[in-house]
Amino acid sequence: MTEKTYIAAVQDALDLALTKDDNTLIFGEDVGKNGGVFRATDGLQAKFGEERVFNTPLAESAIGGLAIGLTTQNYRPVMEIQFFGFLFEVMDSIAGQMSRNRFRFGGTRQMPIVVRSPYGGGTKTPEMHADNLEGMVAQIPGIRVVMPANPADAKGLLLSAIESNDPVVFLENIHLYRSMKGEVPEGYYTTPLDKAAIVREGQDVTIISYGGGVPVALKAADELGKQDINAEVLDLRTVSPLDIESIGASVEKTGRVVVVQEAQRMAGIGATVMAEISERFILSLKAPIGRVAAPDTVYPFGQAENDWMIKADDVIAKVKEIVDYD
Amino acid sequence: MTITETNKKILDFNYQLAAQDEAFPTLQVLANDGSVVDEAALERTGLTDDQLVELMKHMLFSRELDIRSTKLAKQGRFGFFAPTAGQEASQMASAFAFNDEDWLFPGYRDIPEIIMKGWPVWKAILWSRGHVQGNVMTTDDGKDVHSWFPQIIIGAQYVEAAGVALGLKKRQKDAVAYAYTGDGGTSQGDFYEAMNFAAAYQANAVFIAQNNGFAISTPRDFQTAAKHLAAKGWAAGIPSVVVDGNDAIAVYLAAKEARQWAASGNGPVLIETLTDRLEPHSTAGDDPLRYRTKDDIDAWWQKDPLLRMRHFLTQRGIWNEELETAYIAEVNAHIDDQIKRADGVEKQKISDFLKNTLEVPSQVMQEQIAIFESEGK
Ligand SMILES: Cc1ncc(C[n+]2csc(CCOP(=O)(O)OP(=O)(O)O)c2C)c(N)n1
Repeated sequence: MTEKTYIAAVQDALDLALTKDDNTLIFGEDVGKNGGVFRATDGLQAKFGEERVFNTPLAESAIGGLAIGLTTQNYRPVMEIQFFGFLFEVMDSIAGQMSRNRFRFGGTRQMPIVVRSPYGGGTKTPEMHADNLEGMVAQIPGIRVVMPANPADAKGLLLSAIESNDPVVFLENIHLYRSMKGEVPEGYYTTPLDKAAIVREGQDVTIISYGGGVPVALKAADELGKQDINAEVLDLRTVSPLDIESIGASVEKTGRVVVVQEAQRMAGIGATVMAEISERFILSLKAPIGRVAAPDTVYPFGQAENDWMIKADDVIAKVKEIVDYD
Repeated sequence: MTITETNKKILDFNYQLAAQDEAFPTLQVLANDGSVVDEAALERTGLTDDQLVELMKHMLFSRELDIRSTKLAKQGRFGFFAPTAGQEASQMASAFAFNDEDWLFPGYRDIPEIIMKGWPVWKAILWSRGHVQGNVMTTDDGKDVHSWFPQIIIGAQYVEAAGVALGLKKRQKDAVAYAYTGDGGTSQGDFYEAMNFAAAYQANAVFIAQNNGFAISTPRDFQTAAKHLAAKGWAAGIPSVVVDGNDAIAVYLAAKEARQWAASGNGPVLIETLTDRLEPHSTAGDDPLRYRTKDDIDAWWQKDPLLRMRHFLTQRGIWNEELETAYIAEVNAHIDDQIKRADGVEKQKISDFLKNTLEVPSQVMQEQIAIFESEGK
């Protein structure tokens, strides 16, 4: 185990994947010499050469198409979309093509593609750089959406994503890149996809979150702990498909749920989680399900981020409301 | 039997590659030392001495704003800022050829062009800081500035400009839409689609591709195998020119003639300006020395468009150090005043965002408005 930042864990995983399998290719805008705008691929081109780690011209749609095409030659593309707010440019490759191809070919062809992309707010980026668009991709069948919330998961889940023969949208939280450090196991290991994790045990209420919402939920849970409310925090890790079993087990244990997401309230992951719980575990609930989400506006420009984004206090208030419900 | 000369040429792929160079010579009026290499071209611009001085002032303004913005960004008093030094001729001299009725479609680096059109500096500062007031495109005396906001999504402004260009054509206006992007931007589908649409409708558009050598770290040569970005216009069937982007007079001439052509209903024109971004891609942590050499940057500083224009105007007897010093002082006083004004603007409210997202907010949004208002946010 070594202490690593979230972004160093991502880099570690990419390095190990390139070492393990010659078929793994990394490409995207500025990923080469520059090591990506966040330096997630720093040093990889120097180490593995331009044949395996390379810049692309500035066109997301073509980056997606390139990945799809390369799979026919048994490559395993790890493509980077520089910011997830630029998803729209590559939406057809993701939603219209790579996610459908296994189905289209009757299960006879694989799409072992990872779409890596930074997302999320809190770093005062310009417009379109911080948007939480996971809800949009989560609605697409045939694709996984993975959103790690800590360095150890970032590494293990990324290696699983690269091993997977299905396309995976792998979303890395910009704010956590350098603000979060944690113990990361050495060497190659994988963390299973489609599995949520209990990151804090508790009996009174379950806070369900993912990605950048998890540290907020944990902070709230710690604060609530001091006030004798013992919150369990469930990190979804893969937001599509959902790990219904783990969600159910925690709901049955605590009987109270608050869903926390960085994204706007309408539709989205939180809404799906709430729907699944209502359909399957309603008799285990002692209170309505609470939700903490961003307001239903366009992601605001830099200056208003602090007021706009969800905070631990919002989670605390919502949890208290749910715990006090009778 | 021998193959015909025509068929031979068609199948001579090496010839086809070489022909690109012949097809796109570079338009130039001023040499690097400010001397005039093409007197007739200078005359053709129709620029009076007063206008030449005005153009110089716009370029100087842009440089000063760049210097101040970079400093303020370092102090954390700005938000996003994409430096413009080196591109003054490419940006200001091209924009100088358009008028108030023409519609500007800028990228994030084209802040000075919007200011030239009447967008007050304090709003530009607010835009940089991520304050929505910065996006309100009006002059201080309430006139509409015919400009879109600075686009972040590379290429998106091009297709929109094609739409405006079609609208202007339909309304039979003597006006054009003019749009900027970078060399990297010419790789986006939107770039090709915009030129194709504008050409298909023979719409009133002038497209300007600022080839400043790099898209963040990716060099121009790696962006495309095309030798000239201008060649991409030919595929859409439109006149396309390469111009020395550090030569303000040549850039002005190209833009002016393109505008005339497009405004008269002949369809769009593409202009590629050859220039250089002398500074980092943005002030958010880009280090050019990771992907280019100091020698390369230094060599481009020798071709600074301001030096060239300064020499030219000085030789002409209409510019001197005294005028320049006085103007720079004036610009800085203005910027100081505008910073104060930007600092004094009220904080943004989330409740206002909610009110502005839809004309008729939903019930859930109404609830959210009430909550934020109760918190004074
Ligand atoms: C659709 C989209 N993809 C990627 C980016 C990230 N990005 C911002 S600027 C830039 C390079 C642009 O280069 P160029 O078009 O040459 O313009 P320059 O910055 O040199 O003026 C990139 C990749 C973006 N803003 N939008």
